[in-house]
Amino acid sequence: MAKKWKIKTSTPKLDELENGPWPSFIKELKTLAERKPAVEQLLGQMEQSYETNVNYWTGTVLNLEGYGGGVIARYSDLAKKFPDIAQFHTIRIIEPSAFVYSTDALRQLCDVSDKHSAGILQMHGMTGDILMLGSSNESMHTAGEVLMENGWDIGGSGGALRTLACCIGPARCEMACYDTLEVTKRLTDTYISQLHRPELPYKFKFKLSGCSNDCANSMQRSDMPIIGTWRDNIQVDHDEVAKFIKEHGEPFVVDNVITRCPTKCISLKNKKIEIDDKNCVHCMHCINVMHKALAPGKDKGVTILLGGKRTLKIGDTMGSVLVPFMKMETEEDMQKLIDLVARIWDFWGENGLEHERVGEFIERVGLGTFLEGIGIEPDPQMVKHPRTNSYIKFEEYTKPVMAGESRKTPNVTNKEVEGKETAY
Amino acid sequence: MANPGKKMAPRDNGAPEYKKYLHPLMVKNYGKWKYHEKVKPGVLVHVAHSGDKIYTVRAGSPRTLSVDTIRKICDIADKHCQGFLRFTTRSNIEFQVASAEAVDPLIKDIHEILGFPVGGTGNSISNIIHTQGWMHCNLPGTDAAGSVKALMDTLFEDFVNETLPQRVRISASCCQINCGGQSDIAINLQHHHPPVINHNNMQICELPKTVAICPVAAIRPFTVEGKESLMVVEEKCMYCGACHGQCPSMEIRDPKTDTLAIWVGGKTASTRTGPSFMKLATFGLPNNPPRWPEVGAAVKKILDAYKETGRPYERIGEWIDRIGWKRFFEMTGFEFTKYHIDTYRYARTTYNTSTQVRL
Repeated sequence: MAKKWKIKTSTPKLDELENGPWPSFIKELKTLAERKPAVEQLLGQMEQSYETNVNYWTGTVLNLEGYGGGVIARYSDLAKKFPDIAQFHTIRIIEPSAFVYSTDALRQLCDVSDKHSAGILQMHGMTGDILMLGSSNESMHTAGEVLMENGWDIGGSGGALRTLACCIGPARCEMACYDTLEVTKRLTDTYISQLHRPELPYKFKFKLSGCSNDCANSMQRSDMPIIGTWRDNIQVDHDEVAKFIKEHGEPFVVDNVITRCPTKCISLKNKKIEIDDKNCVHCMHCINVMHKALAPGKDKGVTILLGGKRTLKIGDTMGSVLVPFMKMETEEDMQKLIDLVARIWDFWGENGLEHERVGEFIERVGLGTFLEGIGIEPDPQMVKHPRTNSYIKFEEYTKPVMAGESRKTPNVTNKEVEGKETAY
Repeated sequence: MANPGKKMAPRDNGAPEYKKYLHPLMVKNYGKWKYHEKVKPGVLVHVAHSGDKIYTVRAGSPRTLSVDTIRKICDIADKHCQGFLRFTTRSNIEFQVASAEAVDPLIKDIHEILGFPVGGTGNSISNIIHTQGWMHCNLPGTDAAGSVKALMDTLFEDFVNETLPQRVRISASCCQINCGGQSDIAINLQHHHPPVINHNNMQICELPKTVAICPVAAIRPFTVEGKESLMVVEEKCMYCGACHGQCPSMEIRDPKTDTLAIWVGGKTASTRTGPSFMKLATFGLPNNPPRWPEVGAAVKKILDAYKETGRPYERIGEWIDRIGWKRFFEMTGFEFTKYHIDTYRYARTTYNTSTQVRL
């Protein structure tokens, strides 16, 4: 154990965050400050921010040799006062699918962090990666090298593909409709080059959830949500249904299951549940409430959406349906997904503006054009309803005219000639 | 170099092999789970078709962890959980054990050794996801980690109990880029004037990219004392800060005027009503470290109203849709102002275009 000392920096504001029942991140930092001068200075700088409401970090682009993403570089604006955090970078480490760890693996991360970094780990970042805080320009290379030697890898930043994230899936959940952990690993490994080196117009995020409950927060926090579903019937265990009704009473079932179905496809008749599966939209609500009695169907797969992101720049976007259903079990299914991603990245990569997320690109060119560009047939499941505005450019009737090109056949024959209108 | 003579070559290791990190009961019953039940707040049991049961104990964490604490977490997982554990999307720690009898001794160690609470399952407030703030971001106007810590102290009873109508997810973000994302309740910083341009330091910025990034085309090239720079058309600017991320010399933050706003009704799941965006509830709360008491008080008002009139399984957004925004503002006491009416791209889709009004 490294030598400990008493913290000299006074932090009256931060100290107030040590009070209260919730675990305190300030306590975590203070533990480290007893043996790491950089962390004591970090607390000093944060205390100053808490006094002035001013931030003191400057960000730049900095990379491990041979990589184009994975390091978040921070230089302190108060380096004269706090020299040990003059360079205080974060390394983004790719996390195991579903955030599962052995204690050996976690201890290894602790050792690297303790030795080559500030000893601060965030489990996990908003994207899903492990954040190792506090490396200098030099020690980040050493830390990176040791991590790589031990089989870890670093995640995306800037314009690169971001670290993927998924829910616990089939590892410990009966609702999971596909193997989120395996598909996350396969996609990460397939696109590891894009994670390391920015090749796309802007960042791209995959998040994978095993069902519509979306525990990976994929709908709006990822460009491409891949969400588990099924296309046959909900599995009903009628004995368990009877038990549930007996236990909770019919009014409870009506109020909390039957009337909450978004498509009114579930009904209660003679103390039995009947489901019009053709009209089920796989929202999971009835299964969530009666999870012993009901279960997703057996013919499982995924719904793939595209284009979710937060507000900058065009306003919030949710992902919208791109592939209503696709199987996700075999190597062939996996290749289909990889092929789909390739077509999206090609079309968006070719035509997207710099710093334009794929959702913003679709907004600019229109979903119809985008579908054509990636070679997917339009499907009514992709929209809430067909268009309501009547201004349509039917290509079958009128060929699109490029700017500057003379129009040979006019769109509409105008028979009116100036000055010769006839009044009746 | 720290490693003289040894140059790091790019290696494509890929993702860690998750299969090595699964609890043996998860390996055995992978994809063969039958159902799960709540044992008590913070404790779940998953039952496999094989009859195996795995008990999960969920503990809250401060997300930012010292290696010393992680080693203690490992000691607990070694003692109780065969050396395996996981984290959740919301930075909770999940410890798994194979029998009901093993649950309480595990909880005892979590409380005594780590001092972490057990909860966050079912109809509770789970851990708050938040952004990096003054600890490590280059753009923050506030410290989400601090306001989150203070808020979780205020809402502690709702983490360790399951007494809400439905789960409540909260996020906090340090600027309007909003890395915290959509939630039932979100606390986000709000800027109040156009960026202040440091014309002497524009050489660090790529000017065309900065012009291009503006969502309302308010940024134009401009020459100041013979030097290339930019100007902002102030009446167009909506203070989003997109330019500040691209060009640090366009400072959008202002410690004197930045405030916090609270948004409600975001939902990512497609259950029942489908996903929804969060909407403005109240604004102008002071950016008041170290404990941001005004934020805690405002969130409490929302939760009190929700607890009073929310129905089972109804998320906050669904609850407001049912009772109407009029009642929401009455119950919370927040003022509805012209600033609550949208002015951006999809504004008209947010107006009430029916005669359905609550009188």
